[in-house]
Amino acid sequence: MTAIAIPELALVALVGVSGSGKSTFARRHFAPTQVLSSDFFRGMVADDENDQSASAAAFDVLHYVAGKRLAAGRLTVVDATNLQPHARAGLVKVAREHDVLPVAIVLDVPESVAWERTEARPDRTFGRQVLTRMSRDLRRSLGRLGREGFRTVHVLRGADIDDATITYEKLFNDKRDVTGPFDIIGDVHGCRAELELLLERLGYELARDGAGRLVDAVHPEGRTAVFVGDLVDRGPDSPGVLRLVMGMVAAGHAICVPGNHENKLLRKLRGRDVQLTHGLPETLEQLGREDEAFTSEVAAFIDGLVSHYVLDGGRLVVAHAGLKEAYHGRASGRVRSFALYGETTGETDEYGLPVRYPWARDYRGSATVVYGHVPTPKPEWVNNTICIDTGCVFGGALTALRYPSKELVSVPAQREWYAPARPLVPEAAPRPADGLDLADVTGRRFLDYGYGRATIAAENSAAALEVMSRFAIDPELLVWLPPTMAPCSTSTLDGYLEHPASAFADLRAAGAGTVVCEEKHMGSRAVVLVGRDPARSAIWTRTGRPFFADPALNAALLDRVRAAAAGLFTELGVDRLLIDAELLPWSAKAGQLIRDQYAGVGAAARAALPAALSVLDAAAGRGLDVGALRDRFAARAADVAAYTAAYQAYVRPTTGLDGVTLAPFAILAGDGVSFAGRDHGWHLERADALVAADPQLFTPTRRMVVDLADPDAERAATDWWLELTGAGGEGMVVKPYAGLAATDAKGRLIQPGVKCRGREYLRIIYGPEYTRPDQLAALRDRNLGRKRSLALREHGLGLAALDRWAAGEATWRVHELVFAVLACESEPVDPRL
Amino acid sequence: MLLTVTTTHGPATDLGYLLVKHPGRAHAFDVSTGTAHVVFPEADEQRCTAALLLDVDPLRLKGRPDAFVLGRYVNDRPYAASSLLAAALSRVFRTALRGDSRDRPELAGTPIPLEIRVPVVRCRGGAALADALFAPLGWQVSAVVLPLDPDPASPLAGDSNYVDLTLTGTLRLADALNHLYVLLPVLDDAKHYWVAPDEIEKLLRAGEGWLADHPERHLIIRRYLAHRRALADSALARLPVDEAAEPDSVDDGPAEPKRPLNALRREAVLAALAQTGASRVLDLGCGQGALLGDLMRDRRYTEIVGTDVSSRALATAERRLRLDRLPERQRDRVQMWQSALTYRDDRLRGFDAAVLMEVIEHLDPERLPALEAAVFGHARPGAVVVTTPNVEFNARYEGLTGMRHPDHRFEWTRAQFQDWAHRVAAAHGYAVEFRGVGEDDPALGAPTQLALFTTRKESA
Repeated sequence: MTAIAIPELALVALVGVSGSGKSTFARRHFAPTQVLSSDFFRGMVADDENDQSASAAAFDVLHYVAGKRLAAGRLTVVDATNLQPHARAGLVKVAREHDVLPVAIVLDVPESVAWERTEARPDRTFGRQVLTRMSRDLRRSLGRLGREGFRTVHVLRGADIDDATITYEKLFNDKRDVTGPFDIIGDVHGCRAELELLLERLGYELARDGAGRLVDAVHPEGRTAVFVGDLVDRGPDSPGVLRLVMGMVAAGHAICVPGNHENKLLRKLRGRDVQLTHGLPETLEQLGREDEAFTSEVAAFIDGLVSHYVLDGGRLVVAHAGLKEAYHGRASGRVRSFALYGETTGETDEYGLPVRYPWARDYRGSATVVYGHVPTPKPEWVNNTICIDTGCVFGGALTALRYPSKELVSVPAQREWYAPARPLVPEAAPRPADGLDLADVTGRRFLDYGYGRATIAAENSAAALEVMSRFAIDPELLVWLPPTMAPCSTSTLDGYLEHPASAFADLRAAGAGTVVCEEKHMGSRAVVLVGRDPARSAIWTRTGRPFFADPALNAALLDRVRAAAAGLFTELGVDRLLIDAELLPWSAKAGQLIRDQYAGVGAAARAALPAALSVLDAAAGRGLDVGALRDRFAARAADVAAYTAAYQAYVRPTTGLDGVTLAPFAILAGDGVSFAGRDHGWHLERADALVAADPQLFTPTRRMVVDLADPDAERAATDWWLELTGAGGEGMVVKPYAGLAATDAKGRLIQPGVKCRGREYLRIIYGPEYTRPDQLAALRDRNLGRKRSLALREHGLGLAALDRWAAGEATWRVHELVFAVLACESEPVDPRL
Repeated sequence: MLLTVTTTHGPATDLGYLLVKHPGRAHAFDVSTGTAHVVFPEADEQRCTAALLLDVDPLRLKGRPDAFVLGRYVNDRPYAASSLLAAALSRVFRTALRGDSRDRPELAGTPIPLEIRVPVVRCRGGAALADALFAPLGWQVSAVVLPLDPDPASPLAGDSNYVDLTLTGTLRLADALNHLYVLLPVLDDAKHYWVAPDEIEKLLRAGEGWLADHPERHLIIRRYLAHRRALADSALARLPVDEAAEPDSVDDGPAEPKRPLNALRREAVLAALAQTGASRVLDLGCGQGALLGDLMRDRRYTEIVGTDVSSRALATAERRLRLDRLPERQRDRVQMWQSALTYRDDRLRGFDAAVLMEVIEHLDPERLPALEAAVFGHARPGAVVVTTPNVEFNARYEGLTGMRHPDHRFEWTRAQFQDWAHRVAAAHGYAVEFRGVGEDDPALGAPTQLALFTTRKESA
């Protein structure tokens, strides 16, 4: 029995003449979806599996599909004769483009056997001479597959073809099963003393040999050290560093990837002609004092290093110079070269050093990439990547990143061991613009945001793009948008479309035991990001626009919020707060809308209905039978009076900020922390603190906590709602008391609240006369499903945005979610809900 | 919504014969938008009034295209006279509209004293428009503007868009009804149904004998045909009138004054582009594609890409440029992409030149750095042509308060623009030169300012 070992990710080319049993072999060893057969693709493009004139088109499609599979990291088997060098070259090219290893499995059967099988197939009509030619091609191919780029070539003959088994080998760089925790250590460059100190600081116990030389370091909690390479050159004791790291790696206490300096040292040790620059002479001189055996151990060690590792289930990637996402877990010359040297533009700077392409700026992967190679004064996260080379040998520091806690630990260099060719990038240098890519937000997007998954339709992204780019505030500040909120289930109580009984039933069904009923303020939603530093503050609307058109008004409002929030900054230990609030009165922001739409309708109705009534009264006076009609119009006049009162309640005179108040109801997050996990009691307490600090600016939110198991409490809350709405209030929002991130028993996010709007208020939504029995009956037929799913999706996206913002993630990571919330708002949903 | 017709022509109850409705009964008709009632609140020998009362069923109204999303549910249609009432009028008083009467044929052809009242009609253009529309037809017009809020102390106090309209005059009833049939929707300036070409026939039939000579006929036709230009042109062409005889007196909203500045600006941009020798060009913020059309006509441009953030603008541009009808070779030169200038867009890299014509002033000043990074930093075309208004020149526009366009976020002086341009050029390695577009006022400069950015020659 022959075992064939192939890498877990590879492009496998089956090679053999017609009738050699390739398809049978493929069926036996691989899943049908893994096998791309040329016959199948010929059929696909030409309706005939044997139409040789369709081969070019068929292989185009086959290569395309193979490329898609390999890009997604899927093993792919190509079932074709693959007897011609040009056919195989196409496959090697596809494999290389995706940095996977091409593997050939040759099925070498006697021509007579193949002919027998061919003759048995009615669809194969070619003559024996064709098969003879194929056999000749196969003979020729056998010797050259390796040269053509196939990393491994397996040739099966006779019984081996039927008996062979396939085994899968992990790639060398695949250490996904190693989960740490890790201490990832930056470029050491022979700074043995600093390394010793750093390891001690990290809690490692050092072990020495008889001569007092460091040979191992063990962490009592089983942590693993990871070296990002460039252990050698420039510094005072490269052999000492090598001895320690080699010992740690051999003992399983450390993992190491090579740096470009190791690579160059190895070439030198193997007798290649390399330039003796950049600190190599120092290393050679130091190694010269060691015995020969050590130097050959060093060569073997470096030779065995793998250029990058994928660790911790794929969540962590370590490479000396970093690695772009497409190369993670791949193997090819260019992957190795990227890992060692990074991506360069081909230019050199004024110091003669290569200009590097800022790959990290474009990085959009989910794995954290930790690397060294380029000394920087201070490690900074760029799109989930971090460079931890802090230039120890140049007098900087030796730095470690603890993973997964992401804590940085460093020890300063004892001195400048080597003068840098160019100064370390000065701290004042502008950070590469953390701009946003159109590709981050447009097109059809699939988002897995932790609380759920959402697909954003391309046309919704397109609509949101216009709003976002033309009207919204700077995405750097626009870290959250309020999700839409679903109303409670439709009430069947006489005269009501929405009623607390339905709201409580909804929350009970969702599994909330205790709820808080919060007065729903009728104004305009305002999200406030207020910092101790005025420059990083903003106030925006539910679509992300600056709240007031006049920047001075926004600034003045923020100044007052900032003053009132002083206590909260201190209490919560933050410099910035994100507050969800309603700005009152409605007319302050919506004055024109009220005049143009609501008041106009009221004015027309107030004139039209009395005129109609007087006509009907006169007609009745003449004895005409218009009684029923008159009653209807009288009822309509009453409805219109109620409608007028409804919108008038939300109109108050304001000038500038005079008369304007803010009603905060949630303290969403601070810098570095999301408060989504806090209960609403906590949020409202903080809101009350703001009211207490500036009662003129802030309006309190009236609330009532209701235990859903207590019918009396429910009754009291219903009475309270009737009272609120009877006095012109909009209604209330019923929220799970547990807070914004409340979940059901299965841990799924539930609606953060449902709104329960007052009977009179709804006139300005459903029309002045919606309470007429015929209209109400028709309106009860409203469908809430879409609105609810939208509300939940937007809520989850928002929570994820808060988490990412609090975690200090890159702007695009927050923005893609905020943008998605805005895009969701383009979904066609009944605007009355 | 309500309309009453009163006559004092004795015997006044003959009005019932003319309208074919018995004054002694209440009449009800099902119409597409609800129920139309006809009752006579008074009917004696001296004076008779017929009232048409349309009880609109809001659930039967179809959505109107409106920026106000709730407008479909909260609207004045059940209360104000509009095309709904006009449609009910033509359905309920069809015979009278035609001027026919089986019982009183002579009276139908005779002018009689009439008083017509429409207690609530939305009047886009104010009470004066009601006068301008009805007075030339022989009516004495009283249009009283209704207050927006009953309380004069309310913040909502002020005039509404509605008037209480009373018309008095001596006219044939058929003429009176036809006037109302055409002019109520015109005052309202909205139609509750899709205006199809057969509306032209309806308009010409109802307007026979009076529309052709009406001084406001342009406005009437345009509004009646829901501003569909092709329909309006075809209706006007069929009116028996000497167009040259009278000037067009319409004042139908703020019309764009004809300024050749648009054309001058495009010429200047094209000249600047030509100077750079570019052949692959970007029109960033191309809007409805005016400049793209010019670029397509010039063979030197082999690849033309128009981008805009508004997919609607792009669709309009594609339609206006008739891209779908171009021969393939021509079509292949032009691409339209949705893109936003505050985001980096890889597709925009590597072009010879880019145009930002009247674009930057539509962006909040705080977002300009994002545009600079995306265009000058990331897309990095070989040359960039930027135009923007020169605010100093605004002094020359009489009556202009504020900025030239409601969406302008800023308008710069020449010094402000040049400061900005120099800073951007320095930051991104461009050289920049300036020129004015349009009449050059010695003190104020030209109305439009143009900056041409070119990449500095690589120093060897």
